[in-house]
Amino acid sequence: MPPVAPGAEAWAKPERSWEHPEYSAATLRILASMPSRTIGRSRGAILSQYYNRTARLRRRSSRPPLLQTSRAARPSLRQYDLELDAGHAQEEEKRCLLVKELQSLPSSQRSHLLLTMPLSLAQKRSLRQDSSGQGDTLKKPRRTRGPLPGCSQVEYYLILGVRSTWYGLLSSLPTLQPWHYALKQIGGRFGSSVLSYFLFLKTLLLFNLLLFLLLLVFVVAMQAAYPPTTPARRTFMGLELLTGAGSFTHTLMYCGYYSNDTLNDPCILGPSSVRCQRGRSRLPYNMPLAYLFTVGVSFFITCILLVYSMSRSFGESYRVDSTRGDLAMKLFCTWDWKVTQRRSVQLLQDNLCTQLKELLGELRDQYRPRSLCQQLHRLAVLALTWALSLGSVLACVLAVYYFSEHMHRVQQKSWEQHSSEMQQEAQLLALPLVVSLMNLVLPYVYSGLGTWERQESPVLGVYVAICRNLLLKMVVLGMLCYHWLSRKVGLSGDKCWETSVGQELYRFVVMDFIFILLDTLLGELLWR
Amino acid sequence: MGGSASSVPPDLLGEYQELTFLTKQEILIAHKRFSELVPKEERDQILSARVPKDKVVTLPELRANPFQHRICRVFSTAEDGDDSLSFEDFLDMLSVFSDAATSEIKSHYAFRIFDFDDDGTLDRKDLENLVNCLTGDADGTRLSTSEMDQLIQNILEESDIDKDGTINLSEFQHVISRSPDFASSFKIVL
Repeated sequence: MPPVAPGAEAWAKPERSWEHPEYSAATLRILASMPSRTIGRSRGAILSQYYNRTARLRRRSSRPPLLQTSRAARPSLRQYDLELDAGHAQEEEKRCLLVKELQSLPSSQRSHLLLTMPLSLAQKRSLRQDSSGQGDTLKKPRRTRGPLPGCSQVEYYLILGVRSTWYGLLSSLPTLQPWHYALKQIGGRFGSSVLSYFLFLKTLLLFNLLLFLLLLVFVVAMQAAYPPTTPARRTFMGLELLTGAGSFTHTLMYCGYYSNDTLNDPCILGPSSVRCQRGRSRLPYNMPLAYLFTVGVSFFITCILLVYSMSRSFGESYRVDSTRGDLAMKLFCTWDWKVTQRRSVQLLQDNLCTQLKELLGELRDQYRPRSLCQQLHRLAVLALTWALSLGSVLACVLAVYYFSEHMHRVQQKSWEQHSSEMQQEAQLLALPLVVSLMNLVLPYVYSGLGTWERQESPVLGVYVAICRNLLLKMVVLGMLCYHWLSRKVGLSGDKCWETSVGQELYRFVVMDFIFILLDTLLGELLWR
Repeated sequence: MGGSASSVPPDLLGEYQELTFLTKQEILIAHKRFSELVPKEERDQILSARVPKDKVVTLPELRANPFQHRICRVFSTAEDGDDSLSFEDFLDMLSVFSDAATSEIKSHYAFRIFDFDDDGTLDRKDLENLVNCLTGDADGTRLSTSEMDQLIQNILEESDIDKDGTINLSEFQHVISRSPDFASSFKIVL
């Protein structure tokens, strides 16, 4: 009989007579040892629960006939033995039965079952020792005396070496994760919700890296190895980093640089005849086909990855009947255990307290129906906020349209008057500036409207804000696309329209980035 | 910082990997952090040393946690009830709070942590203590008596299925299963 593990006493039974004075002591004792109360407390109950679970596993193939099942008042009690006295004797008996059951399971199932048991590590180790009959600690598996049949000695040791390096690689894989410590600090300081945003950014970055590598290898590197003939390179001025034009025009950055035919072609089309060079091995590389296949494969990979990750996260997080029972869920599930800073913990506590008070207030008010006047007021507020947001979108779109027309006229004039290149390039920056300003200011306006509206649930408020911002961005982007594509001919004749559009996009991205940086630095840090 | 005198023997390491949800790296990191808590004279026998509760709560991950004392109580296997943790208790704690632990194990231990009087169920007093822990002890953040009564009344209405006035483990696990975020927020990483 193995020695009793330290701390084996069940937790003390409560004194409950003051709560239910009408029950006798015997009733209370029986109630206290009911399965519903002992599951969470007594180790004997856990052992017996897992004994029955392993017994069920073993007997799964052969079901006992119905006549043999013992009767009980409630069917659920058949699974558990009623423990009227959770003393040592019962517990040791249960433990022996559990050990016997564990011995009859295959070792992988045994270790999986031990893993999922809510017992302390010392008890699990002693259970494991007893059930597997091995010594104190895990011994190395007995090696077969000779090599496996059918393999030579060298192959055998090779296989062992490869397997051990593979396991070593797998175990060191988590430490290779980039930004592990930084993400942990973010989670500790700001909580799980901010951490999830940064995890999303990391996923996006890795995904873009994959697509970039594909394009780099198959399209960009090939073109860089066989550059086409280009007009004379202009000198580099500092403004190219902002405008993307000037000396950047005829480089690998834009579509106009890439050739539309086969690179490294052994058959060169001359002015009069086709000459094929013989005697040198050359591999032709068809650029249009390469581009088509690369883009096709990228889209395919994107589609597969998106569908897979969405289905997996939906399967993990979908819950039936999650709409009711807010209060208990909020109390038990919303505490963020990752947070390590005292000030953040205080913030979380204040937050939770406010949320609980609001929920309680709403529950109290639910029983009081809203008057007609209040309902009308609410409808008026909703109508006004939506009118304002849609009106602002319309105003922005019209502003973009008229401003782009105006800038186009200004650029035509300066091109005809042959003003300096610096001035011409600088005029290109005006439209991105205006659009970035709009993208910066309007979300703040929408969040102000959202706080004025005060939706019933914060989730609904978030969805409404996302809707409005998306609408603004999409409509402005649509107007810009119309503006670019309706002026297919570039300003100077040596550029194709893909390059012009590419340069415009580059300018927009750079200007947006600069504005976000300024907003973060000045807005967040200074305001704090 | 001098290196620890002893490290985890490889066969014990394998056993810990099989019986907990921790990876080998996590066990080694836990060993390093635990040896920093143990006084210098006992560093040779880390595996049999016990660290008192006051030192355990100085860990940065537990320092600001309002449930630090409950965590030490639940995971401690000390016979004299002083809530000290051995290395295996420490590993137990990290295993339950790790990424790979199942939702069932997490909810089981969450129930034990929230059960302030260790009687196997969450009654009104436990729920009151829980709410006070979660909302903080500063003046002005605590709920008033009427709000507390209303809150506990509503919680018991929502989750007490057998209407005995307390929440047992199964009812608690039923509430937890409705929230998809519980497993990801019930995590402590070293």
